Amino acid sequence: MHEMSLAEGILQIVEDTAANQGFKRVTEVRLEIGALSGVEVEALSFCLDVVLKGGVADGARVELERLPGQGWCLACGETVEITALYDACPKCGGYQVQATGGTEMRVKDLLVE
Amino acid sequence: MCTVCGCGQGETKIEGHEHEHEHDHSHPHTHEHDHDHGHVHGHEHTHPDGTSHSHPHEHGHVHPHVHSHEHSHTGHDHGHDHLHDAGAGHDHSHADSELHGEGGQMHYHEHKGSAGKGDLHYGLGPAHAHAPGLTQERMVRIEQDILGKNNRYADGNRKHFAEHGIFAVNLVSSPGSGKTTLLVKTIELLKDKAKVAVVEGDQQTSNDADRIRATGAPAIQVNTGKGCHLDAHMVGHALERLALPDDSLLMIENVGNLVCPAAFDLGEAHKVVILSVTEGEDKPLKYPDMFNAADLMILNKVDLLPYLTFDVAKCVEFARRVNPKLEVLQVSATSGAGMGEWLGWLLAGLAQAKGSREANVDLLKKRIAELEAALAAKG
Repeated sequence: MHEMSLAEGILQIVEDTAANQGFKRVTEVRLEIGALSGVEVEALSFCLDVVLKGGVADGARVELERLPGQGWCLACGETVEITALYDACPKCGGYQVQATGGTEMRVKDLLVE
Repeated sequence: MCTVCGCGQGETKIEGHEHEHEHDHSHPHTHEHDHDHGHVHGHEHTHPDGTSHSHPHEHGHVHPHVHSHEHSHTGHDHGHDHLHDAGAGHDHSHADSELHGEGGQMHYHEHKGSAGKGDLHYGLGPAHAHAPGLTQERMVRIEQDILGKNNRYADGNRKHFAEHGIFAVNLVSSPGSGKTTLLVKTIELLKDKAKVAVVEGDQQTSNDADRIRATGAPAIQVNTGKGCHLDAHMVGHALERLALPDDSLLMIENVGNLVCPAAFDLGEAHKVVILSVTEGEDKPLKYPDMFNAADLMILNKVDLLPYLTFDVAKCVEFARRVNPKLEVLQVSATSGAGMGEWLGWLLAGLAQAKGSREANVDLLKKRIAELEAALAAKG
């Protein structure tokens, strides 16, 4: 979805931080993207290449850390790992699973000089 | 980015707030300067009635700042005129050469097992220290949500809704699910029961807002241009223009899209996803994010069920796979079936919003009374 607006959001965070902290170049941008965030990682990388061009983070490496999806299974009464919102509980096979983790979309940190 | 409405492509239009600009970015330069200047600039506004005027104004300010930006503007009709005070300290140190010089020599670091989590071993100290005398990289912790900016605007909207007892719902669906027809019917049926206003989101045209306004309810059209969703900032501006009375029902009709609007909180109490029975019953599985983000699903156009092979039970089952807590209402805006439940759901939410506002007002009154009593005791 809207990976371009996400990439622009990342660019804005990077540039705001650059303005506040006065660094001139970003060599690495590290992101945390949850498995249930709905973000297509390939598309996001592609969009980032485009939007970072020419700015402080031109040519910066983008490291994406995928965080696992987690859900609370009502039937099992415990947190289970899921890879999609429509996944069944891997333990009981039921669908009473409410997503609880893995929806993150965050800029974790930057390497700057 | 447009600093008035926040639109990325300069194509967002909120009725009553119109401007045009196009940006095309291409050359990088970095400069730092501390300066003291007064500048004059003129804004030109075009109002919906076609009148156009400009307000030139002047203000002086002092600010240290560091720009790192790049742009070559094409088709850009912002008039900026900076008149620098004579003798004001102004120092541009361009770092172009440095930036360009290193452009081709990115540092490539080997990350062992970079696919997993085990590679993140920089610790808390400065990372990637190079030989003395060379550039030194450092790590800047950010820990910011990519949608954090939108979420802050959404929090602002939510606070505004709470203070004014406004019950806001965000209606999301694919194009053609019957959102606008449902809205028009809802407004007609609620005419004597509630104050209703609408924010209409579409890429282009004000057709939907015109349909809503024909019912007598206030409506603001937001055209997102290239955008595929409404964001909280656009809705905030629409709110300023709507100037809703306390205890209103605000229906926000999002851009017809089952993907992107799921991620953008507008400050609403609930997302309501509308799925018409002329669509596939497996849409909740195909577009799980939206059905997961919604609290209520309206299965619309149920009057057409006799002519279709749509399996309602299966659709509800699929929807609850992605969201076990999802409420479901079966509605036909055309025949009126299920409209009673839908209106009941809306009025219950509205009553709750009003109740919280009044409780808050009572609390404030009690606090004033207590403070006045305390003051009287002192006097």
